[in-house]
Amino acid sequence: MLSNHPNNHKQPILEARNLSCSRGEKLVLRIEKFSINEGETVAIIGPNGAGKSTLLLMLAQLLKPDQGEIFLRGQMVSKAESLAIRRRIALVLQDPLLVNGNVFENVALGLRFRGFPKQEISRRVEDWLSRLNISHLKDRRSNQLSGGEAQRVSLARALVTEPDILMLDEPFSALDAPTRATLLEDFQELVSELSLTMIFVTHDLDEALFLGNKVAVILDGELRQQGPPEEIFTAPADLEVAAFVGVETVIPGKVAEIRNGHVTVAVADIQIEAVGEARLDQPVYVCLRPEDLTLWHGTDIPPSSARNFLKGKVNRLSSQGPLVRVVLDCNSFRAVALVTRTSLQKLKLNIGDEVAATFKASGVHIIPRLD
Amino acid sequence: MIFDGEVLQITILSLQISALATGLSLLIGLPFGTVLALGKIPGRSFLLSMVNTGMGLPPVVVGLFVAMMLWRSGPLGDLRLIYTPTAIIIAQVIIAFPVVTGITAAALQALDPRLRLQLYGLGASRLQMIWMLWREARLPLLAALMAGFGSVISEVGASMMVGGNIRYQTRVLTTAIVLETSKGHFDIAIALGMLLLLITFLVNWALTWIQQKDA
Repeated sequence: MLSNHPNNHKQPILEARNLSCSRGEKLVLRIEKFSINEGETVAIIGPNGAGKSTLLLMLAQLLKPDQGEIFLRGQMVSKAESLAIRRRIALVLQDPLLVNGNVFENVALGLRFRGFPKQEISRRVEDWLSRLNISHLKDRRSNQLSGGEAQRVSLARALVTEPDILMLDEPFSALDAPTRATLLEDFQELVSELSLTMIFVTHDLDEALFLGNKVAVILDGELRQQGPPEEIFTAPADLEVAAFVGVETVIPGKVAEIRNGHVTVAVADIQIEAVGEARLDQPVYVCLRPEDLTLWHGTDIPPSSARNFLKGKVNRLSSQGPLVRVVLDCNSFRAVALVTRTSLQKLKLNIGDEVAATFKASGVHIIPRLD
Repeated sequence: MIFDGEVLQITILSLQISALATGLSLLIGLPFGTVLALGKIPGRSFLLSMVNTGMGLPPVVVGLFVAMMLWRSGPLGDLRLIYTPTAIIIAQVIIAFPVVTGITAAALQALDPRLRLQLYGLGASRLQMIWMLWREARLPLLAALMAGFGSVISEVGASMMVGGNIRYQTRVLTTAIVLETSKGHFDIAIALGMLLLLITFLVNWALTWIQQKDA
């Protein structure tokens, strides 16, 4: 983790092939290929029960797959080396699961397991306590810590072993919002400063975007898509990934025209322009992210660089954090837009009002559809 | 007899026998209970219910069984152990070992199962993992020790049947109390009974002190 050799970027530090795991008759996970390079931070995202944690535990040598191989720096991992491999990985779980004793003893645990000399343990533990801003808690008993403090101890306990790969399973999801925000920021600084290699499981998309420079989407035990976050969020591989990453408007249509990299899709009685690749007459889905839609009152559309527009009636208004979610009824389909409260007030939108929504061709993503 | 050295000898013998029996029970019960709690073994719940039944074994039944085994004409008669302190220790181990095993298994099963994953995930070997779990469960494990000791220092049936209550050889506090009571020496019996209570209290007090030291 701390040795970041530029030469090693070609070969994945960890790679899994043809992993599968079943519980009873049910296949829980089937992954053809998953890999992570040195210095990468991979977010494994997916809904509850999709198999995210199962994948993480298998990669960490803590759960035996029914089938499949795992390679560390190109070398296949065998059962005999499993302890040695585990000692190059460190795990942080959602619950800190600290053991009885004080903070120092907890952070020293991994080094004690590895038989480090006392002085070295002391030096490293002090160093990591200060990096995680918990030096003042050194002598505090583990059962007298707040949730945030305990999770910092858990992170220090993993990082102090200076693992090749840090593995985290929902490390921040049990914390309250302000604690989580501060810890996330501090942790993100550490991650980038040390160019840590890490794999973390989360169901929180913001967290995935904030910490991950790669995202892997797991749905129903399958790795559906793996790539940079922008790609996952703007160009989801299929409808289910789209739904999971928050693409709320999905309209079936057919490619009507292709010109200069612009694809025109015929949707019900209108045409939508998109940027992307498709064949003529190919059945596709047009996908729109709610934040890419701009709403206008009435049916007059002011001049704008947006190439596309939809007309519809406001069907529902609901709060979504600081924003308002507007559902439009557009005859044969529904579209969803997110607007700020200020713009909602300006627009004076009410249920039943006629509105227009504009969006750019670059904000439209098309997914092939089986006819 | 109460004021002479015989009482001291009886007390020391009682402590020696029961401490040794408890120690042996711990030696067998701790690993066995650990395997029952953590291992992937077929018939786990059957074995656990056997152990739990064993926690309530009547000492006279154990005495009967051990006496039959060690009887001169019994299968282990050649060892010539009947009516020796060793015979009492054997019977007491059979009484205390299920107690230690059962409490150990329950204590380890009560720990968060993810703690094992977490310890492995920090690079623990199997033995290091088990050692850490024992440390985490040290309160109930010391309780197991106290319960084991309590069950053997206080039993009379087995000691009487396999020890024979032989003066200077196998007479322990409980068998002495039975004897003195049957002779109508209530004053001596009560004094011995107080002594037994005091010893039990002192031993448990010491163990509790260890247990609560850093609880």
